[in-house]
Parts: sequence; C-alpha cells; structure tokens
Amino acid sequence: MIDSMMSKYNYWMYIILMMIGFYAMIGKKNLIKKLIGMNIFQTAIILYYISIGVKKGGTVPVLMEGLPRAADYVNPLPHVLMLTAIVVSVSTTGVALAVILLIYRRYKTLEEDEILKSIR
Amino acid sequence: MNPPHIQATILIIIIPLMSSYAIPLLGWRWKRSAYFIALTAIGASLVCSLILLSTVLTQGTIHYHLGGWLPPWGIEYVIDPLNGFMGVVVCTISFLVTLSSKKSVEKELPEKKVRFYTIYLLLFTGLMGIVVTGDVFNLYVFLEIASLSAYALIAIGEDGAPLASFNYIIMGTIGACFYLLGVGYLYIVTGSLNMADLAKLLPPLYDSKVVLIALAFFLIGTAIKMGLFPLHVWLPDAYTYAPSAVSSFIAPLMTKVMAYILIRILFTVFKPSYVIEVVPVASILSWIAAVAIIAGSILALAQRDLKRMLAYSSVSQIGYIVLGIGLANKMGLIGAYLHILNHAFMKGCLFSVAGALMYRTGRRNIFQLHTIHRKMPFTMGALVIGALSMIGIPPTAGFFSKWYLILGSIEAQNWVFVAVILASSLLNALYFFRVIENVYFEVSQGGLKEEPAGDPVREVPLSMLAPIILLAAGILLLGLYNERIISGILVLALPRGF
Repeated sequence: MIDSMMSKYNYWMYIILMMIGFYAMIGKKNLIKKLIGMNIFQTAIILYYISIGVKKGGTVPVLMEGLPRAADYVNPLPHVLMLTAIVVSVSTTGVALAVILLIYRRYKTLEEDEILKSIR
Repeated sequence: MNPPHIQATILIIIIPLMSSYAIPLLGWRWKRSAYFIALTAIGASLVCSLILLSTVLTQGTIHYHLGGWLPPWGIEYVIDPLNGFMGVVVCTISFLVTLSSKKSVEKELPEKKVRFYTIYLLLFTGLMGIVVTGDVFNLYVFLEIASLSAYALIAIGEDGAPLASFNYIIMGTIGACFYLLGVGYLYIVTGSLNMADLAKLLPPLYDSKVVLIALAFFLIGTAIKMGLFPLHVWLPDAYTYAPSAVSSFIAPLMTKVMAYILIRILFTVFKPSYVIEVVPVASILSWIAAVAIIAGSILALAQRDLKRMLAYSSVSQIGYIVLGIGLANKMGLIGAYLHILNHAFMKGCLFSVAGALMYRTGRRNIFQLHTIHRKMPFTMGALVIGALSMIGIPPTAGFFSKWYLILGSIEAQNWVFVAVILASSLLNALYFFRVIENVYFEVSQGGLKEEPAGDPVREVPLSMLAPIILLAAGILLLGLYNERIISGILVLALPRGF
C-alpha cells in the first residue's frame, strides 16, 4: 500500500490538490474563495497531465545528436495540451472575475448568503 | 485540392469564428451591422451543414484533416450521419432564434448590441465545433469556448443573473475538468486522442480500471454540463435570468449538444457492448433519467414564473433523451435522437414565446397573463402548439419521440419506464394546461388590467413573430414527416451493432 502510494506519489498529490479545490468550490461562502478553489482544481489537473509526460532519464524534446530513440525524450504532447488548458483556465478566471465585479457592484458584498438574502 | 463539399466541413467553423471578430471591428463604426453579420454567418453555416448532410447521406462519412496532418497525429473533423443531423439541427434553430433576436436585443440590451453578437457567434462556433470534431481534446476546447461565451451571455441578464452565471461557471468548470480528466486517463492507456483511433485501441483494454475511471469521469462531466438531475442546480437560474434572446438560444441547443457528447463517448469512443454488458452504465443512466423525468416535471409544477417553469421542464426533457440513450436499443436510441430534434424545436418555440411576452408586457408570471390571447393571437397559438407537443398530443412532434421511447422501454421489457413516461406526460399536461388556461380564460385575478407604461400590448413585430410561427410550424411538420426523418437519417445515424 505504502509502496504503491510512494511510487505513484504524483497521482496522490493531484488528488489531494483537486479535493482541496473541490472543497473550496462547494464549501466556501465567499465568491473569491470559490474562484481560488476553482483555480486550484484546474491547476491540479494541469500538474497531473504534466506528470504523465515525464520519463526517467528523459531530456528536453528537441532532436539531439546521439539520441535517436523516442524513449530518450520526455513526452511533449501533454505539455502542449496543457498550454491550451492553461489558456482556458486563464480565460475562465477572467470571465469569473468580471462576473464577480458585476455582482459586487450590484449587491455591495461577495458573501453568497448575503446576496441570496438581498435577492429575495 | 479537396472538393467543395468537403471544404464545407471547415467552413462551418471558420465562417462564424471569423465573423465574430468582424463584428466588433465593423460594429465600432456601424452599430446596426452586428445583427446582420451574425445572421449572415449563421445562415452560411446552415447552408454548409445542409450540404454536409446531403453529402454524408449519399456518399458516406466525410473526413477532413486539419493542415493536412493525418490522424491520429493531427486533428480530424469527421462528419457521419449523426454529426450531419446534429449540425443541421443546431444551425436551423440558431438561425431562427437569431432572426427573432433583433428587436428583443434592441430593447433589453441597447448599449451592448455589438458585444452581445460577438459573444453570441462565439457560442455558436463552440457548439458547431463540438458537433463536427473527431478529436476528444479538440472537443474539450470547443466545449470551453461554448461554455465561456454562455457564462458571459447569461451574466448580462437582469437581477440575479450574475450570481446565476457565477454558479454556472463553478459547476460548468467542474464538468469540463472532469471531462478533461477522462481524456487524460484514456491518453495514459492508449496514447491517442482521436475518437476513431481510441475506438480501435480501447477494446483490448476493457478490463483495465483506468478505462473504467475514464468512463466515470466522462459521464459525470457531461451529466453536469447537460443538467441531468440531480446535477441540474445551475440550470433553472441560468435560464430564468438570462436575457430572452440568450435563453431562447441556450435552452434548446446547449444541453442537446452536451447530450450529443454523451452519445459520442458512449457509442463511438467506447463500444456499445462495453457500456451495456461489461459495465452496466447504460442501465444506471436510464434509471437516473427516469428519476430526472419525474423530478423535473414535479419541480416545474411548482413554478409561477414562465421561464423558470420551462427551465425545469428542460430538466425533465433531458431525462427523456438520456433515458433513450440508456435503453441502448434501436427504438430507444431513435427516440433519443428524435427527441433531441423535437425538443430543440419545442424549447426554441416556447422560450421565443416567453421572450415575446417579455418584450410586449415585461411579465413572466403565469398568473398575470389572462386573456392575453386577444392581444397576441399568433404568439399564443404558437405557445399552444409548443405546449401540446411537450405533452405529446399526436400530430405534434413530441408525441412521436415519446412513442419511440415507449417502444424502446417495451423492447427492454422495462414496464417501470413506460409508466414513468406516461406519468410524466400527465404532469406535463398539468403544468402546461395551467398556462393555457391562464392565457385563454379569465381564471385568475390581476391580469392585464393596468397596461404597462409606453406601448400598448399588441402582437410582436414581424421579425419576432415570423421565427416563432416557423418554429411552431416546424413542430407540426416534424410530427407529420417523422417517418421520413427516421428512415432517411436517424436509422443511418445509429451506432454500429444496432
């Protein structure tokens, strides 16, 4: 059990991070805290993807003299995918911040329960 | 050089995407151009989608390799009968809804017209992208394009809209992230992102727990995105508070396209045998769907707000589609496909009527609409047709999709689902007749006694009325010609092995 946890510690790290983010999104009342939770959640997935591209002894994926085998290089594809995911994450944060600004101007607070009270 | 009908595959995305950048450029100088650019772009996509559908039906599946990179390395757009059908549905509804949006956008968002249509076209691009792509990661990108524009469009609505939009952002991001994790798990075991390639590589790995977890992530992700009960909590608020032009665009299309993703994942990426026999995902889905159908109808019954009632009825209608998918037999799947088409028309029609009511009276409370049929006879006629179709009265489209779903349930020997569909039709009748009763008869107090300030209440302008009438006529025509649609398109769109 411990052995398998230690040898695959990257997965455990991403699960722990993801659950922290998940808790903040569901459990917190403050909208900014929820947004931070969302960012942690997305970052956990990015870390997970990056970690699956790693190879022991692998080097930068640029073709070099004397290293003809694909096994000598780390897998660059997850990194490229995550470049897109980072862009997505940044734009989600941007939209969310703009919406939060809209909420703050309208209700003068960012606590979810107080906003719900003033809507009713 | 590819022949022109193959170029249509990419043009269907390129035209609306580029037009959405043209709108702020030209709209900065000529504000009125925004609407026309949006309409032209969606019209062009509609033409492309019709060309694609007819090509697919006569010549078989179309493959388009982006940048000439061969799959599985490059991104590939694949049009098969299911895609082609979905593309035509999305384009037709978007075109009609956009046509009707002109006046209501001018009234509700006079200052934001240019920005509105920019994001509107991006949303359309995202939805079309999801439909045409044959690559699971590319699908994620389009999913996020569509979702981000939907968040922004909902947030510009009235009081309560920003909070509804924020909740949608949180839920939607969880959904999209779960989808992304599913893609990651499949990538670990197969090293591929192409749907057709995945379908080839996966069968030997069906014992692997990783594949099972990937499927679980896909299911939860898409279930959140399409608002399957009990993950629907973002949906009613988002649909209710969004501007009327937005809710009549998002309500018919967004959840249907997400249901399409579910069909793709279950039956193209995974084999039907896996989701039916190896893991009983399909039967679990159909039971959840049965609960969703009843719960959505009961929740709709409790609403006084017309748009909120329609939103809850969407929750129950999504249940029908998922039930058809979960039954996973020929009749059930045909019912699900047909219901995607029918429900898009019905919800498009009903939300446009709600928008027309907002435009003329500013009211959404069901109990304040009495005798409004004297002022707006044609709009209310469309409301009745839409409502009858939701209940499932024979000549309208809604009857036939429910009919096929019932046939599917009988084929699966599951009488509970038959009872669920019949009971929910009764519940639909209850909450829609409540609306019709209030519109046509003087049952409730406090109707339109005091006219709203400004214009007197009368029929909406032609640019709004024509699309509503067309959608209502579409409901009747789809009902009358359902046999031709099924034998001509939908039977071909069934996954292999049915």
